[in-house]
Amino acid sequence: METILVLLHTEAGAPVGKAGLEVLEAARGLGGDVAIGLVGADCAAAAASVAGAGRLLAVEGEAFAQPRYATDASAAEALVKAAGAGIVLAPATSRWARCLPGVAQRAAGRIDTHVTGLNDGTLTRWYYRQRIEASLRRAERPWFLLLEAGIGPAYAAAGAAGAAYERVTAEPGSRTEAKGVIAPQSGEQTIKPEAELLFVAGAGWTKKQKDGAVHMDRAAELILGMLKGSGASLGSSKSLVDLSGEGHAVLPFLSHLNQVGQTGSTPRHAKGLATCCHGEEPHVVGWRFIQDRRAVNLDANCGWARGKADVLYVADAFEVMEELNRLLG
Amino acid sequence: MSYQIVVCAGIVPDPLQTLEPVSTPQGPALKNEAMLPAVLDPWAAHALYEANHLAKNMPGSKVYLVSLAPKAKLQQVLMTIAQKVSFELIALDGPSTGFTDSHDVAAALAAAIEAIPGLDKSRLLLFGGWESAARAAGATLSMTGERLGIREQFQGVDSLTVGSDGSFEIRERVEGGKHLVSQCSGAPAVLGWATGNLPEPPNSPQVGMQNMRTVMPALQKAKPAGVAVTQQYASVALPKQQRSTRIVRDVAAAEVARELAQWIRGAH
Ligand SMILES: Cc1cc2nc3c(=O)[nH]c(=O)nc-3n(C[C@H](O)[C@H](O)[C@H](O)COP(=O)(O)OP(=O)(O)OC[C@H]3O[C@@H](n4cnc5c(N)ncnc54)[C@H](O)[C@@H]3O)c2cc1C
Repeated sequence: METILVLLHTEAGAPVGKAGLEVLEAARGLGGDVAIGLVGADCAAAAASVAGAGRLLAVEGEAFAQPRYATDASAAEALVKAAGAGIVLAPATSRWARCLPGVAQRAAGRIDTHVTGLNDGTLTRWYYRQRIEASLRRAERPWFLLLEAGIGPAYAAAGAAGAAYERVTAEPGSRTEAKGVIAPQSGEQTIKPEAELLFVAGAGWTKKQKDGAVHMDRAAELILGMLKGSGASLGSSKSLVDLSGEGHAVLPFLSHLNQVGQTGSTPRHAKGLATCCHGEEPHVVGWRFIQDRRAVNLDANCGWARGKADVLYVADAFEVMEELNRLLG
Repeated sequence: MSYQIVVCAGIVPDPLQTLEPVSTPQGPALKNEAMLPAVLDPWAAHALYEANHLAKNMPGSKVYLVSLAPKAKLQQVLMTIAQKVSFELIALDGPSTGFTDSHDVAAALAAAIEAIPGLDKSRLLLFGGWESAARAAGATLSMTGERLGIREQFQGVDSLTVGSDGSFEIRERVEGGKHLVSQCSGAPAVLGWATGNLPEPPNSPQVGMQNMRTVMPALQKAKPAGVAVTQQYASVALPKQQRSTRIVRDVAAAEVARELAQWIRGAH
């Protein structure tokens, strides 16, 4: 039977998280021998949390605590070899996304990333930035797959405290040192991947309004008020984030990291509300995984009206948001 | 300190075009693919702007643009991009579709880079977009780097700062809208760029003229890349659901707000 290796990196001594458990459940569904490869400073807690799900292997040590290509790649490479894996699954964290293509190359294997479904050895993923959906399979091995969060149910781990695992050695050398994680803008933390609602602000917030004037400060207040009242994550159109790059006085809490769309992110939230955003195709492709969509726009013929939102309110976002913030506040 | 900065950049259909998949004997493709207006892959274009900026600040540095695309299409795209930044083109003739495999594209790119006369791997910076707008796998650049033996790699890069000792401070996008800050001792390295910090450079006729002297011969020399679709596609389709949008107009802002508040709170 083919060996299916699930790669998981630890988070500072914590048990394996939800995305990792989803990948583990997907692996169990493939009908091979499941092995679990852990990477981190100390893998005891992670091993205990998934004990019983398959053979446990780990690359451990201080060098493997930090997210870093060279050490993550050598750890994964060693685990793939030790497990004799034909299929390698991992959650699409930034850490695995950075190193697994290179590991696939070293292992003379193939890789598919951004996998959104896996059924009977056939995967589903999107092409052209979420505009075309394809399903495919491969004969080559080892086959690496990076699975997106929410791919399926999570493995209901029984776990076992003090579970034993096999230690695998890997080359710890690197010319890189990870120094830490920073939020790009001081002050507001506006991007919240776990939020129920995505609130998108478009360039309309910076345009002349019906009184002939621009109301940037008011726009900033209304947007921040909305985030506070609703707990939403803030997304933006490219036009709005680009304005800040061009030296205009724009919303100081926005950066390119907020951009949703073709050259931005494709966030996962249950609901999305777009305001002052036209709903053009390069923007809306970033809404692929948002099921429930509403928009507020002055223009009844904007992109949202053409099958891209469930509800379009043809209204002034300044007026609507003022009322809405009062209701949510 | 000077670098050889190799930027890998493909071309993709202009994002405002409507895309429709078709099936061909060579595998899935886009309808009228050869007719669709194309642009330089956006994140790779940012990588090119960053390379240009870095080369200007590091005298003696040189920028190479390596592109695998149908020759004629690439020529059209270069008419614009060659006005903006100086580079030496290395062209490979082959499909620019997203349906081919990163593994094969990486093999072709790495071979072309290895063949650059005077390539000095100790000064090599391999740049590109962290994901393409076609396959968006985030794999090609990394695999190309591995083939070239480069094991310091960064993806989703928004900034690179070179220290006086030649070390790099690199910021990569990670979860939750944050940046991972890393210190790397220097070249060689792979940097897959996200948006970076630079605006699109303005057109410069001088740059355009200078580039054109090398672009046309490079296009003529472009070798077939030998890249084909090898995966077994079961289906390739447009997403099924087109929403039927309910358009609400002539309703007071307060009423819209009430409906939205209910929706946000979960009661539809
Ligand atoms: C290569 C490429 C990649 C791209 N990638 C992306 C991407 O990743 N993400 C992205 O977003 N875009 C992307 N774009 C750009 C995209 O095509 C659009 O230009 C952009 O999304 C428009 O932004 P917008 O809707 O905020 O601005 P605009 O088009 O300026 O629309 C502003 C809207 O605000 C409305 N408005 C104004 N005032 C009010 C008010 N008081 N109340 C309600 N509504 C109001 C107007 O009716 C209008 O619809 C890309 C383009 C290219 C060429």
